[in-house]
Amino acid sequence: MDAFMHQVLSGLATGGIYASLALALVMIYRVTHLVNFAQGEMAMFSTYIAWSLINAGMGYWPAFLLTVLLAFVLGVVIERVVIRPVENAPVLAIVVIFIALLVILNSATGWIYSYTIKTFPSPFPKEPLFGNRYMSSHELGAIGITLVVLVLLYVFFRFTPLGLAMRAVAQNPESSRLVGIRVGWMLALGWGLAAAVGAVAGMMIAPIVYLDPNMMGGILLYAFAAALLGGIDSPGGAVIGGFAVGVLENVLGAYVIGNDLKLSVALGLIIGVLLVKPSGLFGKVHVTRV
Amino acid sequence: MALLEVKGLRASYGPTRVLHGLDFALDEGSITAVLGANGAGKTTTLRALCGMVKTEGEMRFGGARIDGRLTEDIVRLGIAHVPDGRGTFVNLTTEENLRLGAYTRKDRAAVESDLARIFTYFPRLKERRRQQAGTLSGGEQQMLAVSRALMLRPKLLLFDEPSFGLAPLLVRELFEIMRTVNQRERVSILLVEQNAAMALDLADRAYLIETGRVVLSGPADEIKRDDAVRRSYLGY
Repeated sequence: MDAFMHQVLSGLATGGIYASLALALVMIYRVTHLVNFAQGEMAMFSTYIAWSLINAGMGYWPAFLLTVLLAFVLGVVIERVVIRPVENAPVLAIVVIFIALLVILNSATGWIYSYTIKTFPSPFPKEPLFGNRYMSSHELGAIGITLVVLVLLYVFFRFTPLGLAMRAVAQNPESSRLVGIRVGWMLALGWGLAAAVGAVAGMMIAPIVYLDPNMMGGILLYAFAAALLGGIDSPGGAVIGGFAVGVLENVLGAYVIGNDLKLSVALGLIIGVLLVKPSGLFGKVHVTRV
Repeated sequence: MALLEVKGLRASYGPTRVLHGLDFALDEGSITAVLGANGAGKTTTLRALCGMVKTEGEMRFGGARIDGRLTEDIVRLGIAHVPDGRGTFVNLTTEENLRLGAYTRKDRAAVESDLARIFTYFPRLKERRRQQAGTLSGGEQQMLAVSRALMLRPKLLLFDEPSFGLAPLLVRELFEIMRTVNQRERVSILLVEQNAAMALDLADRAYLIETGRVVLSGPADEIKRDDAVRRSYLGY
């Protein structure tokens, strides 16, 4: 029973990280109706920036905050420079650009930092918090950070005029222009926020999976599964999906299929959801009038 | 002086030209109606004014050129557009829809008092302020669209077929509101409407367009007496 509890709780910890990345995917999906395949690599690249800052002697939390800020800027710049010019291009062209971004960020990171695996520090103490037997303090801390990010995003979207404007743009760009919202900038802001959330996810997962240019490949797959499970256009769904995937992956890995096949849980989920309920648990069913 | 001046306005969708050099003007504080059959280019004219279609020709608002500018910049000059299909943000609440109308304004206290005033114009909207706008009836959504436009405190209101799909009683109420808005808030109105009789009763001036050209213009009561208009658009 103890072991089982341990699996579930540490599943929640990684699940929180999947939830963050899934949320980043959903944020971009809602405004572009496309899945950003480069989301994971953007997070990975940001994590390397954090590593550089910490190695240059900066304290963990200042480096954390600066990285989030830089990731935000990176997201905005990518939208403005790379995505904007192809805004009206066919879907496949944009997907190819996403994949190109993925490859470029991955190789550039390898070129700058080499492919050797690095350790990444955790800001939380080595000893378990509150003397609990089930979770390491990094796992507990990661859940805490994830929850803080989620609450901040919720407050931003729900209670600020800018958040309201971004929700309006996601829903109806034309009407948004007619009330004077600068739609282009809202899209860039969405990319910035998604990149910032991804950066947090990267910094939280790096102490667990270690830092290397390919670290986000598997994580992104879990995040896809989480976003699809929750409904690709539902932010709340992505969060619940993230935690669910984290727990499912851990428990199945420990008791059913073994650790080596864990990743196939994500693939199985993706295929299962697409076959049985493509709109996910909380997503909207899209009906198009012909 | 004319608040809005349009000279030689041309617009196309792809290779199909819809407007072939439109000329018209709208005086400050007036209500101007644009009449015409389906496909004459009425909606396109309004969309052109808001920078929502590519255009050639000259458009001036309060003396400043607005052709070729972004929709959001034109809106910020004080032109509010009530589009056909109403443009409701269906997943947001009624109140959020209204607040978005005032998105560009910085005078917070005045926004609150405008919101309160709109709720006195439309008590139904107040009842439904926390409800998702998509669940409102067609008539309520039209009221919401008008209210959202008013929240901008516009100088000029563009109405695209406001009577479309509304019960006759609601149409009359809506036209009454347009008159009130024009007289009490000094908002100029450009009205595109298929219900020619009601539009001509409300308007000061009217333009008749056919296949993208102005074929007749003048004071509304003169247009009303025109034989051709009477036969084709008023039906008697």
